[in-house]
Amino acid sequence: MDMSFSPDDLAFREEVRTFIEENYPRDIANTRSRGDMTRENMLAWHKVLAKKGWVAPHWPAEHGGSGWTITQRYIWNEECARAETTPLLPFGLSMVGPVIYTYGNEEQKKRFLPGIYNGEHWWCQGYSEPGAGSDLASLKTKAVRDGDHYVINGQKTWTTLAQFADWIFCLARTDPDAKIQQGISFFLIDMKTPGIEVRPIITMDGAHEVNEVYLDDVRVPAENMIGEENKGWTYAKFLLGNERSGIAGVARSKKAIERLRKISEAELVDGKPLIEDGEFSRKISEVEIDLTALEVTELRTLAAESRGQGPGPESSILKIKGTEIQQRITELTLEAVGSYGFVYAPHGKDAGDNAFTPGPEYGIGAAQNYFNMRKTAIYGGSNEIQHNIIAKMVLGL
Amino acid sequence: MDFSFTEEQTLLRNSVQSFLQDKYDFDTRRKISASADGWSREMWQQFAELGLLAAPFSEEQGGLGGTAIETMIVMEEFGRSLVIEPFLETVVIAGGFLRQAGTPAQQEAHIPGIIGGETVWAFAYAEPQGRYNLADLTTTAKADGDGFVINGYKCVVLAAPWADKLIVSARTGGGQRDADGVSLFIVDKNAAGVSTRDYPTVDGRRASEVTLENVKVGADAVIGEVGKALPLIEMVTDQAIAALSAEAIGGMKELNEATVEYCKTRKQFGVPIGSFQVLQHRMVDMFMAYEQSVSMTYMVALKIEEDEAERRKAASGAKVQIGKAGRYVGQQAVQLHGGMGMTDELNVGHYFKRLTMIDTQFGNVDHHLARYSSAA
Repeated sequence: MDMSFSPDDLAFREEVRTFIEENYPRDIANTRSRGDMTRENMLAWHKVLAKKGWVAPHWPAEHGGSGWTITQRYIWNEECARAETTPLLPFGLSMVGPVIYTYGNEEQKKRFLPGIYNGEHWWCQGYSEPGAGSDLASLKTKAVRDGDHYVINGQKTWTTLAQFADWIFCLARTDPDAKIQQGISFFLIDMKTPGIEVRPIITMDGAHEVNEVYLDDVRVPAENMIGEENKGWTYAKFLLGNERSGIAGVARSKKAIERLRKISEAELVDGKPLIEDGEFSRKISEVEIDLTALEVTELRTLAAESRGQGPGPESSILKIKGTEIQQRITELTLEAVGSYGFVYAPHGKDAGDNAFTPGPEYGIGAAQNYFNMRKTAIYGGSNEIQHNIIAKMVLGL
Repeated sequence: MDFSFTEEQTLLRNSVQSFLQDKYDFDTRRKISASADGWSREMWQQFAELGLLAAPFSEEQGGLGGTAIETMIVMEEFGRSLVIEPFLETVVIAGGFLRQAGTPAQQEAHIPGIIGGETVWAFAYAEPQGRYNLADLTTTAKADGDGFVINGYKCVVLAAPWADKLIVSARTGGGQRDADGVSLFIVDKNAAGVSTRDYPTVDGRRASEVTLENVKVGADAVIGEVGKALPLIEMVTDQAIAALSAEAIGGMKELNEATVEYCKTRKQFGVPIGSFQVLQHRMVDMFMAYEQSVSMTYMVALKIEEDEAERRKAASGAKVQIGKAGRYVGQQAVQLHGGMGMTDELNVGHYFKRLTMIDTQFGNVDHHLARYSSAA
């Protein structure tokens, strides 16, 4: 057993750290909420990395993967979090990309992977529906074959950043008579196709991050279906497995704890820094210990993965613990900022210099961040569903 | 031993309830919150007409002679409807100072305006460095002839954008955190030297940052005894905590009912999600958190008149309970509603946000655990 980095790993860390310092477009990167960023700003870092060849380290080399070891990928994520780079959008790189290179045909790989890689095409995820959340397989969106097209009707919801999307990957029912998981197919749909309408959903923190997507007689060429008709559930599950493995957010949480500590050093209780309050500092320690455990758990998962095992149902642990930790940190951050937690930081056009947001800079949006992060225990398969997965697949209950 | 309400109290609850059901539905609340002013003076007038703003004042003061129980009833119903208007700030807090410590002249000058719904008040006590310590003050009031000159900065003064008058705590003596040397002043919001910057709060209300620059007030602006106001401030904030506890149980009640209803009707995997045992137990925990909070809310309302040590323990104990329960119920209500719970459209998130901020108001769980421990 060995948890330390080799000299090569350390040299790699130096290399990527320097690269980030020299190339990260810092001028565009300091917007608080993704919903407040322009499409161009959100893609700026992506484009820098695409040019460098580092945007999709986990992809096969033939499609642009960087060929990094698991340890190098881990170091890379750590360094990005450390520099607080804009997180890359997962919809293309981590979700549909791997589906396309694993299950797509040659034509589809050629057609779609470069656009994902270069950041030319923005993807969004057409999975959840109003009636199909945790029970995703009960989805009702229908795709009916009509010549060399499918005609798709239905409604998707919680579609993250669909307002910017060029393409949507979409699950639709192609066999209404089959057993619930067996009649589903996986489509790639151009968002400009007539019949698609995107309506914003404003979340309780005031952000516009998610949307409803209505599909009304949307004609999709048959060649935009992935793999075989009615086999979409297999691809969908493969994608969800990948979604979970990235969700632990260990490196970002480390950074968030570091910020929390700084805030607690600045905030005063009876003239003394909050961090010197035993009760509060123990709470920070507690979440940090949780995070340390999760970090090693993730490393164990990664090590297993590098030996060709997984990611298996164990990745549900990463999702549950990762999101609980993220939520706890935002909760403690709100607690740390005290009364200024009341201040509403506007979104969109009212944000930034147009807004009066009193109190220390580090407190701005603390409450909204806490509210927003409640979503993490709901999305990507709710934490209750993750418990079910572990109970069934790991414990055999 | 009797936890039942009198006939008058039940009538009061029914009248507040039916008024709010008719006139203060969630959509109305949303519009009020989003309006330019961020509150409804018209609604405030109707509260006055209903007699709600007169509730805690004695009959000699022109009020209805209500106790902490009447305040609790009003606040609980306001909590259920997420009422924005400044009942806590104007009636419970400013009214509390005036009716319990005001001079006859002050009472005569100010209480009728509160009861009639003409004057709105805010309590400017918090300062950025002070966190939840009511005595941690850098704002000063220096004797100047018969009166005082006030200088300082007050943060997150809730309801101040709507207020005509402020009650300002300031130091007339002693060191920054001394118990001695704290005084309370009535300050006209439009007095020379008072400047405010207003902003919305995350729970749909409004607040101001208040700067006081050489603000001159007369001797008649002092509430209570000069330099000895801290015990008074503690008493009235304990009363405010009792009122906030009632508001919180109103919010929790609504969240619990909405969650149970949702879980009975929302189907996944072919069955209502409420049939899953893990969610059933979660809702039972939410229910118990609510019931325990109701108990603490009754307890603090009944003990609010007791001696200082008892009152402090009761108020801090209640604040700890509603802080923890409010967080649990709020978080789980969102979680069990799934994505819908995250939306601005559904009221669930709004209750969650209000409960979150109630924990911050007048000191959070940690603060009151420490205060309780030091009183025990």
